[in-house]
Amino acid sequence: MFPIVEKKRLNDAVVWVKLKAPLIARKVQAGQFIMFRLDEFGERVPLTVADYDREAGTITLIFQIVGESTRQFAALEEGDSILDLVGPLGMPTEIPEGTKSACVIGGGVGCAIAYPQAKQLHAKGIAVDTIAGFRSKDIVILEDEFRSCSDNLYLCTDDGSYGTKGFVTNVLQQQLESGKKYDVVIAIGPVPMMKFVCQTTKPYDLPTIVSLNPIMVDGTGMCGGCRVTVGGKIRYACVDGPDFDGHQVDFEELMRRNGTYREQEQHVCRLHREGGAQ
Amino acid sequence: MAGKFNMAQQKVPMPERDPKERARCFQEVAMGYTPEQAIEEAGRCLHCKAKPCVSGCPVGVPIPDFIAAVAAGDFLQAYDIIRTTNSLPAICGRVCPQENQCEGKCVRGKKGEPVAIGRLERFVADYAREHGYAGNLEKAPANGKRVAIVGGGPAGLTCAGDLARLGYQVTIFEAFQVAGGVLMYGIPEFRLPKSIVQQEIKTLEKMGVEIQPDMVIGKILSVDELMESGYDAVFIGSGAGLPRFMNIPGEAQVGVCSANEYLTRINLMHGYDDNYATPVIRSRAVAVVGGGNVAMDAARSALRMGAEHVYIVYRRSEAEMPARLEEVHHAKEEGVEFQNLCNPVEILGDENGRVNGLKCIRMELGEPDESGRRRPIAIPDSEFVLDVDTVIMAIGTSPNPLISSTTEGLDTNRWGCLIVNEDMATTKDKVYAGGDAVTGAATVILAMGAGKTAAASIDEILCGKAQTE
Repeated sequence: MFPIVEKKRLNDAVVWVKLKAPLIARKVQAGQFIMFRLDEFGERVPLTVADYDREAGTITLIFQIVGESTRQFAALEEGDSILDLVGPLGMPTEIPEGTKSACVIGGGVGCAIAYPQAKQLHAKGIAVDTIAGFRSKDIVILEDEFRSCSDNLYLCTDDGSYGTKGFVTNVLQQQLESGKKYDVVIAIGPVPMMKFVCQTTKPYDLPTIVSLNPIMVDGTGMCGGCRVTVGGKIRYACVDGPDFDGHQVDFEELMRRNGTYREQEQHVCRLHREGGAQ
Repeated sequence: MAGKFNMAQQKVPMPERDPKERARCFQEVAMGYTPEQAIEEAGRCLHCKAKPCVSGCPVGVPIPDFIAAVAAGDFLQAYDIIRTTNSLPAICGRVCPQENQCEGKCVRGKKGEPVAIGRLERFVADYAREHGYAGNLEKAPANGKRVAIVGGGPAGLTCAGDLARLGYQVTIFEAFQVAGGVLMYGIPEFRLPKSIVQQEIKTLEKMGVEIQPDMVIGKILSVDELMESGYDAVFIGSGAGLPRFMNIPGEAQVGVCSANEYLTRINLMHGYDDNYATPVIRSRAVAVVGGGNVAMDAARSALRMGAEHVYIVYRRSEAEMPARLEEVHHAKEEGVEFQNLCNPVEILGDENGRVNGLKCIRMELGEPDESGRRRPIAIPDSEFVLDVDTVIMAIGTSPNPLISSTTEGLDTNRWGCLIVNEDMATTKDKVYAGGDAVTGAATVILAMGAGKTAAASIDEILCGKAQTE
């Protein structure tokens, strides 16, 4: 059992939890993930570790309520426990050698995963520009955290209710057009966002790392449910990734495969809501 | 003397659920002997001196002795006799390929059918469980030594049981939320009820074996860290769970999955039960590619998940199928359709990237290859399309590199299998291995035999002469 030691809502749909998991906290590195299972009836769901405290033996998860399991997770309070937490899984993010400047891009709740990346790069003395994009002002998260580890922070919202109006790719495009040089771009967020970031950096031949989020079951390489096509080859995101060279990823295929269980997911959600579990 | 034996040439039949009824539910197909049936079948054993059956059992169960106890109606004593060498009898009685092992060597099999050793073992284990009898849990006094077991599948569980009996303090590190390995995620409920697997594991825990779930060794702790933290030896029984795909066009489409994924969702995650959250693909028509037991399990599961048509697509003929005859027979009875001498060449999809057909080519058998089996050769211009919306790949698995790639000094062969000597010792000091991690995908009972051999070797090296003198 893994107790929740601290919990807060970052906005209506995004939850921040700190869990006691000493063995995972001892080992986890930026870019790695865990699988959680809430209870006996639960499914196994992957989440990237947003932060950790090796001494306190805790890890932090930030997740968006998108379906039944995350809704149930969000309903738990400090002192409650979850049944299973497996990790750290996947490979840590590999920053190309000699990197002196990086642009970290987070989209929506993807900022939860972009943040540990920015923090790690900053701690290594690498110049970090962060571009954080949100749909609107009320869902902005981690602004202070990003500010503390970024040389420049560019906030943008789709509707212009906060920061610059527009998408992260607009900001990135401007930066690149104005002659700003980065050694690497790290993009984490919804699949379409990562795809468009990669399209933006491609003409500049700018190395771009993306963190993929396919459907997973075991997270240890024994089912192939998370397989993605990278550079024309099948790779397992849970063991070979989740980070990959964004210019090699087949994003269309990933989007299609992520829709495999859409009907059944909606069915389950409706069942529970009608049952009054909400 | 001969008068007291049952000289019937056939095994006492075991009741089974009706194929039509069972093909749509996950309840166990075979229903087991009654006490009367068991006693009757036990009477067929001639108690021959040579005991060839025992030599055919990878864990050396004293077969005639336990059968004698069954014949005498002393079922609990029979259970204790089996458990002297086998920690998981309710499982072995169900999933062992007895025809190639104990029963394959039975004298009675020369004229008629062999004694139904597997059915009797299963009966004894079920009887003990249903009567709340945990069996003789006697063990040697604690010897103060600790052994870590990586992987809670058949190899690890057997190794753990034997070491616990010898007085070792044993911890199993299991990657999933429950121990059992392939017994939990792979073999379906209708062949091996999960409650029975967990009951067998509980018996091990009663003997003092500690199980730590959610522990992916190679990630959360390395093998070296286990040694440093005070374990005197490590046994690796991490299996061969890495699924193969065919690398044909269309394999990344929605509706294509490995048998491991399909079966894990259904078995381990209870995907067939609406009370559980894990979804399973709902299919109209399914092609399962492969001819082994895993293919049969996936095909029969697909029927139970409601598919109208389920095809086995196998490139050789039925005679070459690696699956047990009984499984093939059950699959046919339930309505699985066999497309033998047939090989997939492309998975077709619609404009949304969802599977809408499997393009196959007919095969014929040519000359035998290195393995001695006749090589399948494609017949030109014989392509046809199977109308399916799901394709399940059951063409084999290989060992996961997670442990070997994170452990210095642990050598593997070119298939990624751990290299061991006849004592199950790896190339790294005090580290032993067995089961599919060493052999590649094989059987439950061979993994158990390897776990047993490794336990004896570990005992030899850690306690050695002191204990045998």
